[in-house]
Amino acid sequence: MTLQAWFALLAALALAAWAVGALRRRTARHEAGRRFFRHPTAAWGIGILAFFAIVAVAAPLVTSFDPRQQLDIVRLKNQPPSWSYILGTDLYSRDLWTRVAYGARISLMVGALGMLVAVTLGTLVGAVAGYYRRWVDAVLMRGVDVGLALPRIFVLLIAIALFGRLPLALLVLVIGFTSWFGTSRLVRAEVLSVRERDFVAAARAVGAGAARVIFRHVLPNAAAPIIVSAALGIGNVLLLEAALSFLGIGVPPPAPSWGNMIADGAPYLATAPWTTLFPGLAIALVVMALNAVGDALRDALDPRQEAM
Amino acid sequence: MTAWLVRRVAASVAIVFVVVTLTFILMDLAPGKPMLGPTERLADPEAEAELRRQFGLDGPLGVRYVSYLRQLARGNLGASFGLRRPVADALAEAIPNTLLLAGAALLIDFLIGLGLGVYQALRVHRLPDVALGNVTLFLYSVPTFWLGLILLLVFGAWLRWFPVGGMSDPVLCPTVSSFYCTMDRLWHLALPALTLGIVGAAGTARFQRAAMLEVAGQDYVRTARAKGASERRVVLRHQLRNALLSFITLFGLAFPFLLTGAVLIETIFAWPGMGRLATDAILRRDFPVVNAAVLLASTLVVTGSLLADVLLAVADPRLRVRDLA
Repeated sequence: MTLQAWFALLAALALAAWAVGALRRRTARHEAGRRFFRHPTAAWGIGILAFFAIVAVAAPLVTSFDPRQQLDIVRLKNQPPSWSYILGTDLYSRDLWTRVAYGARISLMVGALGMLVAVTLGTLVGAVAGYYRRWVDAVLMRGVDVGLALPRIFVLLIAIALFGRLPLALLVLVIGFTSWFGTSRLVRAEVLSVRERDFVAAARAVGAGAARVIFRHVLPNAAAPIIVSAALGIGNVLLLEAALSFLGIGVPPPAPSWGNMIADGAPYLATAPWTTLFPGLAIALVVMALNAVGDALRDALDPRQEAM
Repeated sequence: MTAWLVRRVAASVAIVFVVVTLTFILMDLAPGKPMLGPTERLADPEAEAELRRQFGLDGPLGVRYVSYLRQLARGNLGASFGLRRPVADALAEAIPNTLLLAGAALLIDFLIGLGLGVYQALRVHRLPDVALGNVTLFLYSVPTFWLGLILLLVFGAWLRWFPVGGMSDPVLCPTVSSFYCTMDRLWHLALPALTLGIVGAAGTARFQRAAMLEVAGQDYVRTARAKGASERRVVLRHQLRNALLSFITLFGLAFPFLLTGAVLIETIFAWPGMGRLATDAILRRDFPVVNAAVLLASTLVVTGSLLADVLLAVADPRLRVRDLA
């Protein structure tokens, strides 16, 4: 680590803390914003997420190495944490902190995009099923029943193992396509209740088409549970990516993802535990932050369920 | 109730049927051949044709699908390509191991999880609740396999309290059965079961705490208190009993986990169960084993949700009335 990298790291921490304060000030005017930050761990969650997001974006600044560069395969293999290599080095003598930082790019991107695909699909299917009801609903929801009955880890394993290692974009799509079933049920239930409200009838009465009613009137009023399930869902996708990468069929090496870093480290668990410990901690921190933010969002957006 | 049950069971069977069909087609669509990678191929086309014939992979998809269903209807799961034995035998060997592991894990999960959740709800927003809340939030968020590795490192490699893998003493216990071997099995079971149990318990505790708090605001709880019932009675008779209703749903969701949830933990702890059998089979393209594993897993999923619905209907008369109407 060079002096400049240390400064950048400190700056990232400060920036994350500032982001939390700024968000708190910006949202303090709204009741929902105050409720959000009243949740005991919400501010920490936002701070952790902001820190890892900043690290992901500014990865070349917060570290002075290249994530794929093997520094010295003979002398610097599996070195414990030190001032030069703050989290140690891995089995190929690559700097672990560098790989955690660059891994944040891939892991967070897979989590966010995978969830985006899943939430989009789930919302569309749920909204269509709930809005049209009758046979459309019956057909779509039976499909969802089948999807929920599929053992997801097996299906992913089959898809990925049989078709060979997937490029990153396809991996994201496959994860997204197998993760939307729960969301669609949630959205459908919400749409079923919203569509009976007077403003929906009014919109239809003035001649709005189905698409306009769904997107302009129904979905905005069903947004709260969708947002909450998305926040919680990113964490699940992150864990799934880690599990797949650990089995050797997730993000292809040498690109660093937190999951395949654990897979790299596991054989050296006894002699170089830091190579397993730190990427796992990074996953745990981010997923924990997402769960905290998801809980707080639910409190803020949906006061009926304050207890959760 | 009966008509509803018949409809639900029929729907469940249909779901499993569709899942099995989808898996069969998916396996067939995949490029590459059994036991070969996507890009590998045998040098001798005749030997390849012979292998395909032996494994029953020649002929059109429809014909093979029908014969697969016919065998399935007779309870025949076929023979494994890679293991050179009937799939049923391999499953019969793996299932008890997984049941043992998952059963122990679920026991830890529900005992600790329920206890913690109720305790937290009693001390809500005070120090024990906040502290435990942070601990369960963390454990709920860690990758299970990573926690397994860390426990393995601390208790297996450093402290040497527990063995680092396998099911029992490999020298003595396959042949001798004795008190020593029973204890030895429990000793091997401890770490993997704890890993799964702790992560599960964290989720259960969060769920149960929320359910308790939701019930705490209900009128009947306030009424019970107003009648002068003791705090203990209010919590146990009125809050817990009603909060347990949502716990039934959780149990239904945990049910499929009995056989499939432990895929990675079985790999890490070298536990010869279903998860590992299925994972190995998928990676080796052992179609019959994969089909059987998917069949088993989806059956468990639908059985779990069916069971939860039935239990809920039994436990909550309000639901029965609504379904009859």
